[in-house]
Amino acid sequence: MTKLTVTERQIGLIICLVVAAIGLAMAAAGRGEPFGVQGFTVLLLALALSGFIIARWDAPPPDRSLLEHYYDDPTKVGIVLTMFWAVIAMFVGVWVAALLAWPELTFDAAWASFGRLRPVHTSGVIFGFGGNALIATSFHVLQRTSRARLPDQLSPWFVLIGYNLFCIVAASGYLLGITQSKEYAEPEWYADLWLVIVWIVYFLIFVRTLARRKEPHIYVANWYYMAFILVVAILHIVNNLAVPISFGSAKSYSAFSGVQDAMTQWWYGHNAVAFFLTSGFLGMMYYYLPKRAGRPIFSYPLSLISFWGITFMYMWAGSHHLHYTALPQWVQTLGMTFSLVLLVPSWASAGNALATLNGAWHKVRDDATLRFMMVAAVFYGLSTFEGSFMAIRAVNSVSHYTDWTIGHVHGGALGWVAMITFGSIYALVPWMWKRPAIYSPKLVEVHFWLALSGTIVYVFSMWNSGIIQGLMWRTYNENGTLAYSFLDTVEAMHPYYIARTFGGLLFLLGAIVGTYNVLMTIRQARLERGVEAGGEVDLPLGRPAALPGE
Amino acid sequence: MHDAVVAISKSWGLFYLLALSAGVVIYAYWPSNRAGFDRAKSSILDKDDKPWM
Repeated sequence: MTKLTVTERQIGLIICLVVAAIGLAMAAAGRGEPFGVQGFTVLLLALALSGFIIARWDAPPPDRSLLEHYYDDPTKVGIVLTMFWAVIAMFVGVWVAALLAWPELTFDAAWASFGRLRPVHTSGVIFGFGGNALIATSFHVLQRTSRARLPDQLSPWFVLIGYNLFCIVAASGYLLGITQSKEYAEPEWYADLWLVIVWIVYFLIFVRTLARRKEPHIYVANWYYMAFILVVAILHIVNNLAVPISFGSAKSYSAFSGVQDAMTQWWYGHNAVAFFLTSGFLGMMYYYLPKRAGRPIFSYPLSLISFWGITFMYMWAGSHHLHYTALPQWVQTLGMTFSLVLLVPSWASAGNALATLNGAWHKVRDDATLRFMMVAAVFYGLSTFEGSFMAIRAVNSVSHYTDWTIGHVHGGALGWVAMITFGSIYALVPWMWKRPAIYSPKLVEVHFWLALSGTIVYVFSMWNSGIIQGLMWRTYNENGTLAYSFLDTVEAMHPYYIARTFGGLLFLLGAIVGTYNVLMTIRQARLERGVEAGGEVDLPLGRPAALPGE
Repeated sequence: MHDAVVAISKSWGLFYLLALSAGVVIYAYWPSNRAGFDRAKSSILDKDDKPWM
């Protein structure tokens, strides 16, 4: 906050007040309804932030010498938010997993039913955990590779805080029963509109920083991050085209219907995997893995081929989610074919990452941070192979609608996305807080093994469950009728659901250990700074550096 | 309209993606680009942590 110029503080306060006014209007228009609760949520958060800005209003304006440094405060706060979202969203994940094994855990409360908790988990991990990690790391990578400071100090805060406002409104809305029932695009029209604004500002930060870059070549990680931002904007806008029934209601109706709706949704859904959960995290990998290994990427041309391959091929793969539906056969075949072609750029990236480690395997052995990234690259290779395989129509006839899909998703989400994120965060935290190393390398080791064993338990239980389920659904008896009732298959799943809950719990424990480690590193840095300044050390442990501009 | 889009995607779509793939490979392995790429991949390993003025 003290680094914000006076003008930036003024504009920041105006934005907060405008958002608060919108929240008030929503609260008034939707009184007595869930929409009103969403309004009050927006109002309270905006007012709290306004108060925060006003409390620091008289701080002296920043010195010009600030411009000689990169601007990392949003990245720091983003890292802490990433870890908080990880713990919350993975906790809800373990809960919904347990719900499937022990349905009574819903406690007869509407908000705690599976249908409401599950999107809190999926949005929480994808957008809360993944999105914050992408925003935080992208600001760091963008500045380092461009050799230029972010163009101003307000817009990164607007993106980070605005994005988290979207996540909070979305997650609390699900608990209230607000959803437009599109998977991974559940938030309603007003949250969607807000995200569009945040996202455009995010993209502009990239463009403006690149325009000021001192390094002539735009490093490949930036291309991945930019593809992530740009394509997610396109997907988000098109899939969420909808007409609200009134400006005072949460409910809206989609612009699409029938098979067009399904195709638009899965064009969005699959490309959310491609550009949110792959492209952005590849940007992370192409920067932090070579950095941590101390070796340049094995083949730079190969990384460019992977980039353009992924960007142009993934767009067409979404229809493999709609095999054996009303979608025209040729569109299904198109999706299947492109999914197979995608193996080329995917394995090019995975292989490129592993080949980079050639000559640094002793570091992988000794350094759990680098091992996180190495395992992430392996899981990236495995789950992209599995994904291409499952997109084949005949394989899909067994795997579709079964737990195999859940296993596949978590192989990617836990093994690839979360592992590369944790690895990058462990590399980044000491750099950001100017520490020689993380608080406890041993705890990184503990986290690594918890995460890896959790992933393996999870994925194997879902593979077993899914294949059994798929085979039971298509087993006929001698009379030509189905051998198993649906309930038979549900009962067969039960032991695997317990195993899956356990795997998820291990992964959650790892995330908690990681959060503790990150917070302790921050605390250490603050203690040291306090000692250097000779001042009093004031650090309530329960309140980490999650406030902007400190 | 629908038929025209289908026809274009089934014919020119193929050539467009083939041309694109060829273009990317040529660009990535064009000999004179090599020095720039080599510099780009090693420069991120520099230790300096300040913007260039």
